Amino acid sequence: MAETVTAEDPLTGEEIEIPADVEVGEIVDSPATGAELEVVSVDPITLEEAPELEEDWGE
Amino acid sequence: MKVGLLYSRIRKDEKLLLGELRDRDHEIEKIDVRKEQFNVSEAPDVFADVDVVVDRCLATSRSVYITQFLDAYDVPVINSAETADVCADKVKNSLALEDAGVPTPNTEVAFTTDSALETIEKFGYPCVIKPVVGSWGRLMAKVESRSAAEAILEHKATLGHYQHKVFYVQEFVEKPGRDIRVVAVDGEPVAAMTRSSDHWLTNAAKGGEVAAFEVDDRVRELVADASDAVGGGLLGVDLMETGEDYTVHEVNHTVEFKALNDAVDVDVPAEVVDWIENKVATETEASV
Repeated sequence: MAETVTAEDPLTGEEIEIPADVEVGEIVDSPATGAELEVVSVDPITLEEAPELEEDWGE
Repeated sequence: MKVGLLYSRIRKDEKLLLGELRDRDHEIEKIDVRKEQFNVSEAPDVFADVDVVVDRCLATSRSVYITQFLDAYDVPVINSAETADVCADKVKNSLALEDAGVPTPNTEVAFTTDSALETIEKFGYPCVIKPVVGSWGRLMAKVESRSAAEAILEHKATLGHYQHKVFYVQEFVEKPGRDIRVVAVDGEPVAAMTRSSDHWLTNAAKGGEVAAFEVDDRVRELVADASDAVGGGLLGVDLMETGEDYTVHEVNHTVEFKALNDAVDVDVPAEVVDWIENKVATETEASV
């Protein structure tokens, strides 16, 4: 099992578990809402709601 | 070497690449494109001293413009501006494949709902309407009747961005429930997989089931030709089996490979980083 750490879900205020090796820019899912959260800082780990996907994203 | 990684979100694909680069002690400059400004005459400081930039922008518009800036700044970038420009737009992609003699589905573009309907009726049902930009199978329509065609065209014309008023219509290829994704570096396959689904869209992003695919000589030849047609680089070439041959429907320039990496025995990020290292070494030698 990968190591995990806790961080605050900005949408619910709850502490959630995320992989310990996350890095800035990474997207994690909010377990409570399924919303995408973006890691904006790793020291301390800070999450924000991720920007919506736009039409021209992804291959 | 020092590698700049352009990104706006870090997916598993970028993590795999970053992990491989770090394991080999390369210096990484992560560049969040949302935070940078791109001056027409002067490169942002963040690009100073990088040996190569790897474009992993999800947003096609960002990828297309930033690679052009990097060209102007004389900063080597994977993939090139030319490749990004051709691959980002399905019309340019189709024209490049056709021009190179690579078999590709018959495609027609029309600019009004009336002329698009004429194209659809000419192709017959089913046929396919795709947006000229975008991926993951989004907003693709399999058109199975005239009434459906009329509704889809009206919706696109009314609700769509201007790009949705470029009606890209394609013949429907009766594939055997799967298509093939080959990740290639300058035309040389790294690994390949099939994506299978009961749905006509078989994209991994749509939940298509993936399995390793052994590249045969014909696929190898088509991948090389398709890669050349769009300017080369690190690419995802999508093919469909037509019975006697293959048809290449698309070449992707910021290819996702996490599903492929799980499906095959090949270490895809390691192969990609090998290629990047060789490319940088060759270009450095050439410039000395």
